[in-house]
Amino acid sequence: MNIHEYQGKQIFRKYGVVTPRGEPALSADEAVAVAQKLGGSVWVVKAQIHAGGRGKGGGVKVAKSIDEVRTFAQKMLGMTLVTHQTGPQGRIVKRLLVEEGAQIAKEFYLAVVIDRVLQRAVMMASSEGGVNIEEVAEKTPQLIHKVAVDPFTGIKDVEAELLAHKIGIPSELVPQARELFKGVYRAFDECDCSLTEVNPLITTGDGRVVALDAKLNFDDNALFRHPEIVEMRDLDEEDPAEVEASKFDLNYIQLDGDIGCLVNGAGLAMATMDVIKLYGGSPANFLDVGGGATTEKVTEAFKIMLRNPKLKAILVNIFGGIMRCDVIAEGVVAAAKQVGLKVPLVVRLEGTNVDLGKKILADSGLPIISGNDMGDAAQKVVAAAKGK
Amino acid sequence: MSILINKDTKVITQGITGKTGQFHTKMGLEYANGKNCYVAGVNPKKPGEKFEGIPIFATVKEAKKETGANVSVIYVPPPFAAAAIDEAVEADLDLVICITEGIPVRDMIRTKAKMKGRKTLLLGPNCPGTITPGELKIGIMPGHIHRNGRIGIVSRSGTLTYEAVGQVTALGLGQSSAVGIGGDPVNGLKHIDVLKMFNDDPGTDAVIMIGEIGGSDEETAAEWVKKNMKKPVVGFIAGLTAPPGKRMGHAGAIISGGKGTAQEKLSVMEACGIKVTRNPAEMGKLLKSVLK
Repeated sequence: MNIHEYQGKQIFRKYGVVTPRGEPALSADEAVAVAQKLGGSVWVVKAQIHAGGRGKGGGVKVAKSIDEVRTFAQKMLGMTLVTHQTGPQGRIVKRLLVEEGAQIAKEFYLAVVIDRVLQRAVMMASSEGGVNIEEVAEKTPQLIHKVAVDPFTGIKDVEAELLAHKIGIPSELVPQARELFKGVYRAFDECDCSLTEVNPLITTGDGRVVALDAKLNFDDNALFRHPEIVEMRDLDEEDPAEVEASKFDLNYIQLDGDIGCLVNGAGLAMATMDVIKLYGGSPANFLDVGGGATTEKVTEAFKIMLRNPKLKAILVNIFGGIMRCDVIAEGVVAAAKQVGLKVPLVVRLEGTNVDLGKKILADSGLPIISGNDMGDAAQKVVAAAKGK
Repeated sequence: MSILINKDTKVITQGITGKTGQFHTKMGLEYANGKNCYVAGVNPKKPGEKFEGIPIFATVKEAKKETGANVSVIYVPPPFAAAAIDEAVEADLDLVICITEGIPVRDMIRTKAKMKGRKTLLLGPNCPGTITPGELKIGIMPGHIHRNGRIGIVSRSGTLTYEAVGQVTALGLGQSSAVGIGGDPVNGLKHIDVLKMFNDDPGTDAVIMIGEIGGSDEETAAEWVKKNMKKPVVGFIAGLTAPPGKRMGHAGAIISGGKGTAQEKLSVMEACGIKVTRNPAEMGKLLKSVLK
């Protein structure tokens, strides 16, 4: 799960991480009210969407008067912001963050990620802040410094100080940086983050170390113990079909193609997309119904797929382990009867109770095309989608 | 021959009183030598009770002491599953197989750190388990698709393991062992560990290695194969069509920062002498083509 920058900064403050003062705003009036409350003479108006690279797309503006705050807020709210992370369709801006201006002396990069090789959380930092860190990693990897964190002690004082020195934080500011690093790690750890990124981290003209940005992603598997974080979820930022699917505990990802896929198991679901592509088709979605699917879940899965206007055919590919083929078959039949089957349907069943599953499909009288194995089924669905 | 488990393995089910634990323990009992292998269950609240004739103990330590069990399988719900692994590790079992899906990464990082220097191996979490056909099945895979033979199978994905097993069986071959290592980013045995075991197993002639997008475990394993493997290995990587930045079901299956793509993995595997296919329906066929 992702949250907005302003929400990330709220979490940071709880862990003693210094951020600019600021508050969210949903309208130009609110933005002005926030600016007046903050005082000062320079404010930053920032579009709140779940994607990076906002500055380049016109989603971050420095205002030198209250009138400018209003003008920028009016312009930004409702605009479609396109960045390298949003895709060409962009995102509509519905929320803003209004902050006090900061005097930037130098920009740095800071993040905590899970390192799969070390099987630990790793804090990484760089002197190259405010830029695309993937480019830094590619062109000048020596400028990225890492510390693998002991999960039982957290990041130690000496580790944090050394990291600050390595990226060129001035000596007199190292104690501040150390405390900020420790706070960021604690936020990552205690909130069950999968990623915490501060880009940029800055030193200011008046000798402070400040998190100018905050990107926090969370481990979905741990949300059960963080109801306060679940409340921060902004459904406007997510694909409606994916939100609908998540209500039924279905793993659904919308793609660009026209062949719907309903599969059990994530690996087989990916492989099914791959084999469709291999035979010249294009998958409309990734959909893993999981091991414990019921007839009701399968029906909902069909409804979600059928809502896609591009859909030209559906492939059901099931290798039953825990998932029984008869349950899938009943779900397919129930769904076809409830929502009507507007496109050709190819079904390939294998595994537990496969004969019973095939019988249910055959007895249903539905025009289902049977696939003998994965390759055969994929070829048939690609042909069906092309109207052959 | 086989790896990890065989007909002489003695198994403890942790979470034997839950619905999933009961169902799969029963299936395991009914498969091949299961009756002699499933010797104990654990539930701190129900010591002294029995399930299908299997005695239930309060702790893993006690279950091991009373029955001589050396392996455990975990069906405990996600919030408590990492602690269940810790308990099996502290009891010095040889192997713990964690089926549970959805364990927070933070818990697994701590569990892995505690495992350092201990003898216990971990398979999973979020895996189907492992089976030695004709001898013993520990996990959630459908037993009937397997056939005793000389092909090793190792995979991050459950159903894709079944797919490979099914193809191998359909070609008239069989499996020495089929091992699901699971789809989580922080886990126990990796491809490389299981390949080493297959390499040393006189009962295995060749291996199918199935990976998916995310991380670099397949690349690491491929480099090892190039230098050390004495047997042919064929491979498939799921997710050639997966978009970057999206978690494809498995917590570990995500292309991030342009790293962990299927294409990259396939290229490294090929460069290391592993024959790969881009067609998941042809894993068995490819395997057969490399057998002498």
